[in-house]
Amino acid sequence: MTRSCTKHNYLVKDVRDLPRIIHEAFKIATTGRPGPVLIDIPKDIQFAQGEYFGPDEVTSSHAYNPRTKGEPSRIAEAVAMIARARRPIFYTGGGVINAGPRASALLREFQALTGAPVTSTLMGLGAFPAADPAWLGMLGMHGTYEANHAMHDCDVMICVGARFDDRVTGRLDAFSPGSKKIHIDIDPSSINKNVRVDLPIIGDAASVLEDMIAAWKAAGHQANKAPLGDWWRQIDEWRAVQCLRYNATESVIKPQHAIQRLYELTRGRDTYITTEVGQHQMWAAQYYRFEEPNRWMTSGGLGTMGYGLPAALGVQLAHPGSLVIDIAGEASIQMCIQELSTAVQFNLPVKIFIINNEWMGMVRQWQQLLHGERYSHSYSDSLPDFVKLAEAYGAVGIRCSDPAELDEKILEMINSDKPVMFDCRVEKNENCLPMIPSGKAHNEMILGDVEDIGNVIGAAGGGLV
Amino acid sequence: MTNAPASAYDMPPAAQAEQSATFALLVDNEPGVLHRVVGLFAARGYNIESLTVAETDRKAHTSRITVVTRGTPQVLDQIEAQLNKVVNVRRVHDITRDPNGVERELALVKVRGVGADRVEALRVAEIFRAKPVDTTLESFVFEICGAPSKIDKFLELMRPLGLVELSRTGVLSIERGVEGM
Repeated sequence: MTRSCTKHNYLVKDVRDLPRIIHEAFKIATTGRPGPVLIDIPKDIQFAQGEYFGPDEVTSSHAYNPRTKGEPSRIAEAVAMIARARRPIFYTGGGVINAGPRASALLREFQALTGAPVTSTLMGLGAFPAADPAWLGMLGMHGTYEANHAMHDCDVMICVGARFDDRVTGRLDAFSPGSKKIHIDIDPSSINKNVRVDLPIIGDAASVLEDMIAAWKAAGHQANKAPLGDWWRQIDEWRAVQCLRYNATESVIKPQHAIQRLYELTRGRDTYITTEVGQHQMWAAQYYRFEEPNRWMTSGGLGTMGYGLPAALGVQLAHPGSLVIDIAGEASIQMCIQELSTAVQFNLPVKIFIINNEWMGMVRQWQQLLHGERYSHSYSDSLPDFVKLAEAYGAVGIRCSDPAELDEKILEMINSDKPVMFDCRVEKNENCLPMIPSGKAHNEMILGDVEDIGNVIGAAGGGLV
Repeated sequence: MTNAPASAYDMPPAAQAEQSATFALLVDNEPGVLHRVVGLFAARGYNIESLTVAETDRKAHTSRITVVTRGTPQVLDQIEAQLNKVVNVRRVHDITRDPNGVERELALVKVRGVGADRVEALRVAEIFRAKPVDTTLESFVFEICGAPSKIDKFLELMRPLGLVELSRTGVLSIERGVEGM
């Protein structure tokens, strides 16, 4: 049953195999393109006695050995391509995070040498600091205007540990039409899967970036100053559009405002953010700014509602003194709400920040965009009282619906040493923008001031959700 | 790089016609390995045209799977990459694209007929070096071995002569020369 959702799985038939299998399982799960490994230990093996052997004392039963070092000739070619580029861009993904903190440090170093702008997928946030002037924000369907336009118009794209997912590329035949593409990935099956690339490099992101930096220095390359200046001027024009602006009001909390205040008030603290799936997730990705890798835990391609709370518990357990916040939606949080009991039992003071608009907002947004406002099963008429629910579990409940009280109540949440559930009542019909409508290209984004959003996507795009 | 087009999109579209491909896999002989390989084809919507599997080396604990599939060149590359990703798959070899690849298949063919058709069936079988392994007064069972295309051709000739039933093993493959896989 687990075969379709694991990287590998084992059935232990003899207790003497158990030490080897456990060591192999950890190696497979954590190396190459990481993934879950399941070990099925039957009841008779659970009761059997066996001798333990360390990782160095067992011989592997298979030939698993993923390639981590990039091909030197391709690295040299890639570096020459980047040095010649007039409009380069780094498109980075979760692979940089998976390759460890060193990969993020090397990315920053290589960016500084090349002077190219950096954008990232949802999974790669934090690999490059949001405070750096070269940071363009996230790209893709709910990415920034400047990141998507830069992707569309670039001449050399350096993709590091990302996989050209459909939420990123938009319309495939209009995806960055004039660029040469370098694709660094540890998984050969990601190469040429959705988008044909000019120069694939198979390897671990940290190892390849290290070799690229060395090759860049050895060849004496310099950043291409004059054309890069033009490129940055163009990017500044796109930035001037201010695609993330929104109209804050005094009567009701805007969800974007809620995330922004949460960010400002937790800034400078040792904070980890997890999310569930939906509009709140995209707003968190847009308005919460990450400076370091591994501070952002979210369910990307799989899109599992209910991920955020258990993930927050794991993070809190690993970092007992840190501030761990699950940015949630009122629907997603109810997928694994029972874990509140775990939080209380194990004294894990996680903060659950619920962007409560009473809708499954992303579903409602799509029904508005694509299904002629025929809303179906996206409105929740009978939500629980989250404050009472938190109290019932022995946690703290806080509710806020007044923008004037928001800061004070967020601080109350942060300063509590107990698990807190924060019911943030926000504007109900806010849409998550900007957006590349499905079936459109990167340079056909819609921004926040669209009146008739229902007519933006044509019939052809409707099939591409 | 000088003659290369400015972008991957300017490359002439590769012949996107579907073609058949035979992959030989060397896998660990463990329970569930075949399931993973077949499940990979099912989950990604690739079609299996033929599949053979048997243990080939007891000491090394390996089996050999030969799988015949269809797809555009891009899909076939993707299948090869995906097969290589399975932990228990030790090697993947594309036999179709290897000039040294040899493919063979065995078929048992039952033909029913009397008079001139019966004589003709036996004559065609001789030309194809098919061996009769059973006979009655009005039927033959032939055993034929060869490249899949040869078997197809044989079946085509047998059909009007009274082909009743057919059983094929699926394709086996190996490379010419001294090197092992």
